[in-house]
Amino acid sequence: MSDVQFQSRRDWLLTDAPQTRRQARLGAIYQGWLTFRANKLAMFGLVILIILIVMAVFAPWLAPYSPFSQNLADRLQPPSAAHWLGTDHLGRDILSRLIHGSRITLFIVGTVALIAPVIGLFIGTVAGFAGGWVDQVLMRITDIFLAFPKLVLALAFVAALGAGIGNAVLALAITAWPPYARLARAETLTIRNADFIAAARLQGAGPMRLLIGHIWPLCVSSLIVRVALDMAGIILSAAGLGFLGLGAQPPMPEWGAMISDGRTYILDFWWVAAMPGLAIFIVSLAFNLLGDGLRDVLDPKGAKE
Amino acid sequence: MSSTESGAEGGRASGPSPVGPSPAGPSAADRRAATLRRLKRIGGVILSLVLTLLGLLLVTFIIGRVMPIDPVLKVVGDRATQAQYDAAYLAMGLDKPLYVQLIGYIGDVLQGDFGKSISTGQLVINDIKRVFPATVELATLGTLIGVLVGVPLGVIAAARRGGWVDQVARVVALVGYSMPIFWLGLMGLLIFYGILGWVGGPGRQDIIYSGMVPNVTGLLMVDSLIAGDWGAFKDAFSHIILPASLLGYFSLAYISRMTRSFMLEQLSAEYITTARVKGLSERAVIWRHAFRNISIPLITVIALSFGSLLEGSVLTEIIFSWPGLGQYVTKALLAGDMNAVLGGTVVIGTCFVGLNLLSDLLYRVLDPRSK
Repeated sequence: MSDVQFQSRRDWLLTDAPQTRRQARLGAIYQGWLTFRANKLAMFGLVILIILIVMAVFAPWLAPYSPFSQNLADRLQPPSAAHWLGTDHLGRDILSRLIHGSRITLFIVGTVALIAPVIGLFIGTVAGFAGGWVDQVLMRITDIFLAFPKLVLALAFVAALGAGIGNAVLALAITAWPPYARLARAETLTIRNADFIAAARLQGAGPMRLLIGHIWPLCVSSLIVRVALDMAGIILSAAGLGFLGLGAQPPMPEWGAMISDGRTYILDFWWVAAMPGLAIFIVSLAFNLLGDGLRDVLDPKGAKE
Repeated sequence: MSSTESGAEGGRASGPSPVGPSPAGPSAADRRAATLRRLKRIGGVILSLVLTLLGLLLVTFIIGRVMPIDPVLKVVGDRATQAQYDAAYLAMGLDKPLYVQLIGYIGDVLQGDFGKSISTGQLVINDIKRVFPATVELATLGTLIGVLVGVPLGVIAAARRGGWVDQVARVVALVGYSMPIFWLGLMGLLIFYGILGWVGGPGRQDIIYSGMVPNVTGLLMVDSLIAGDWGAFKDAFSHIILPASLLGYFSLAYISRMTRSFMLEQLSAEYITTARVKGLSERAVIWRHAFRNISIPLITVIALSFGSLLEGSVLTEIIFSWPGLGQYVTKALLAGDMNAVLGGTVVIGTCFVGLNLLSDLLYRVLDPRSK
């Protein structure tokens, strides 16, 4: 195959003279991974998130009890061997509800993190690429949304649309896209007049092709960093909506709603509210650490230190 | 958002600026032209403010009128006859074209008319006037705590980069960014009120003090001082300190990070090296030279953080049963009282936009280079 013999796969990946495009690409990914792996805190975040995903996927097998089965005889039990994290006001096992709730958390965060950057990417690149009045109008709209207090706007949206997971996701996405549009526009402005775009245009590429084939791929890495850094904020906002009773409806084991359940009992039965809050804290901490690590890998210029 | 960025840029750009009058004064014509330019810039800012506010009203209008919720049913109730329904429909002007309704809505709002709240039966604007001071009091004290702790923390973290203060500041900020505020509030209530009994419980004051102090400013702590009622002041303080510290914590997480990065930029500038070479003490270098240069971008940060506390107080007010705007809006929301929700949204949004503008203008006025 190749002329040079490599000692190991590692050498093959780290070579200064890659033989093929694939080797170069894999090598770059491996380099990034090495940088990321050196960041212990980011690795810690990654491990937590992997645990969370495993928990969500295998929830029915991991959870010791059903998240919905009530047992009023065992209500408000403190943490014990039978119920590791105690039981809530309806005698439901809190650990089982947390494990099942990880699915809801991942669903909300995943969907918002998918929708908002795509809207932002689309609006930002179109604005930056088209310029002129299109740019003016789109950016003015973006500024208006940026000027809103996010949570309050999301509250108003959910109030009008009705409470529920779907609407909560929609409201969070509607309030989350403007920063991505700003970012994508800034990236577009820097590459719009680059030579390779002019070259592609000379080859007869239309605006859609330039946008999708040449500009979007270059905006993605900075958007990914931004998404990773925003994930924690999305989790906290989603939990806030759930806490106010505007997200997932009972008896769904949404973490924010679980805190709200425990609020009444906080002074005597602290674990009902404490446990889900701890879960939210750990997961959003993990996302923050992961985001910092990803930024160092994908966007070394943006790194603070 | 935009002001943060401009603030950051300003911080980065501000190089050595030892203040002193320039030797040759500019001519009168130059000065007039400069004033004109400045007025133009300020005019541009105000224009964008007006556009933003109109956008805000447009969005709330769309939420209120076009969303799949029937405003008439909210007023007349489910059991109204068709005739009653039609009468209310006409009275609310819903038969008119949408743009006429929009213009009418904007006119109403400009006159401070947000309609009647269905849950309280009062005009929304009067409700808001009643509850807003409580929110302002809470957010102000929160910002004060955030500034008093966050700024020194950020400065020291930057001055002793990598030292233990820096590490602590880092952890404090990271935890602040990751913690659900309503949960931390609950835990705070549990520990400081339930277990230790150090602070007052939920609400603004104990029942025995309610209505004892004449309402002057609506800020309970100020009012009780004006009345000279020391007991009422202590009571109000014991109730506000926990929620305010909570908000202050989130504010200080943000302020300390920004202060630190502003300071790091200044400390790597050449004029700092010059000052050190001159033999100035480290304290003078940091506080008199570097800190003075970051104080202007810092004002922007503080104004923004105050705005976000007005918003962040929504969840905090729920936890602490604080009778402010956040609690008012949330209660209205759960009751389906859209007039109150939208009125509250407009007021919070306007404050937010106004603070952005204020920080922008302050920046322009205070920064000597913009003169």
